Amino acid sequence: MEGNMNLTLKVWRQKNSKTKGKLETYAVSGISEDMSFLEMFDVLNERLISENKEPVAFDHDCREGICGMCSMYINGEPHGPIKGVTTCQLHMRSFKDGDTIVVEPWRAQAFPIVKDLAVNRSAFDRIMSAGGYVSINTGNARDANSLPISKIAADEAFSAAACIGCGACVAACKNASAMLFVSAKVSQLSLLPQGQPERKMRAERMVAQMDAEGFGACTNTGACSAECPKSISLEHIARLNREYLGAKLTSDAV
Amino acid sequence: MSWITQTLTSSIGKKLVMALSGLFLCTFLIVHLVGNLQVFNSDNGMAFNTYAVFMTTNPLIKTVSYGLYALILIHAFEGLYLAFQNYKARGAQRYAVEKGSANSSWFSRNMAVLGTVLLVFIVVHMSNFWFDYKFGYTPYTQYETSLTTGETTAKAYEGPEIKGKMEEFMREESNTRVVIVKDLYRSVVEAFKNPILVIFYVLAMFSVSFHLVHGFKSAFQTLGINHTKYNPILNFLGVGVFGILVPIGFVLMPIVFFLKSL
Repeated sequence: MEGNMNLTLKVWRQKNSKTKGKLETYAVSGISEDMSFLEMFDVLNERLISENKEPVAFDHDCREGICGMCSMYINGEPHGPIKGVTTCQLHMRSFKDGDTIVVEPWRAQAFPIVKDLAVNRSAFDRIMSAGGYVSINTGNARDANSLPISKIAADEAFSAAACIGCGACVAACKNASAMLFVSAKVSQLSLLPQGQPERKMRAERMVAQMDAEGFGACTNTGACSAECPKSISLEHIARLNREYLGAKLTSDAV
Repeated sequence: MSWITQTLTSSIGKKLVMALSGLFLCTFLIVHLVGNLQVFNSDNGMAFNTYAVFMTTNPLIKTVSYGLYALILIHAFEGLYLAFQNYKARGAQRYAVEKGSANSSWFSRNMAVLGTVLLVFIVVHMSNFWFDYKFGYTPYTQYETSLTTGETTAKAYEGPEIKGKMEEFMREESNTRVVIVKDLYRSVVEAFKNPILVIFYVLAMFSVSFHLVHGFKSAFQTLGINHTKYNPILNFLGVGVFGILVPIGFVLMPIVFFLKSL
């Protein structure tokens, strides 16, 4: 794939979590506007490898916008300037020839840098293992519609379940708050019958883990939702507040 | 840690404290505005001065006002603490490029700055009026209302020292009601002759507006209220009433008195 875009990249380079990093400038040329942002980085990395230099480390996996692996804070916005897409689905046609693009990793106390643009997001995994599950014996396949679920609840739960856990909400939030992520995970289960037995415990434990990981508090700026590649709504944060405060007032855990 | 402290010190619990104290402060603003608009009565400040006596002596109001002072301090210091914690949560290395305007309002990103301006304003405002009224020297004014004609005259009180903030009696022979009261109205007139103070008050009221355009609705979001039925009402109250009407009402006082003094 050949093209004629010439760009200046300023990329955060950092050897590991212990060393200090800095922005390095790279000129890339011959970029096609049909390339994804990650493919543009592949071009840069192939060149760096051929020059015997260390390629830029960045997270990626499915490159279809569903795995939540890619990150990159591009020109001051997580996943770049286009709403509702991940970095892998961001195409170079969203930029102009001659642009300077600054690419940084997610920045949060709770997301330490592994290398360059790759950060450790296991804080999210620990929040999930604190309560983001249902403990049910699945048994045989059930008859269809044996569990009545309203269309409204099903749609709302599905809109929360669209969260891919990429961490763009944390990266976008000026407080590095993980509320949108946690609210999506709490919502998707609290809206469905399977989520009811552990409903209060889930809200309490996931919020406690979120705080323990060192994420900031929510100030309802709405940056998370605006930058979320799955456009998760702030209504889920309101629901998490209800779930958490309700659980704290009524649960049996003293 | 008991479940209560554990709840109130969690990130959502701290926001709950901010939301509830903030909404109480919003209700205070309405009371404060409606009461103080009496400075515009053309009665040489009689209504305003007697209202000030009521507000500083009535036991119910006094109790609520001590609660108010406590909540202002809680809201301010919890807010600053949260801002500090939230700043730290980003980590030591900050972003080189941030484009906040792409995803959030300026007001919402600067609540701590606006709030700090308001804290400074409250200190200045209280030292301007409240401190002198309570602890300093405020001259008394004597209002005489003729019950026959209904006319009121005002003059500076010169007589034996008054105990308390107000004395009220009837002069039977001339059928006149006499009210001698600490003249806070005069302090207002004097204070707003100073253009620097007037500018500071105007800036502070812009901060009130910006702080509440985000803060009012944000408080309800923290309480878990984000609903298609109520959001338009909350938007109207947050932007229309607390963001525009209330600050305009307040800012009229320094501006009108300054213009009158010219």
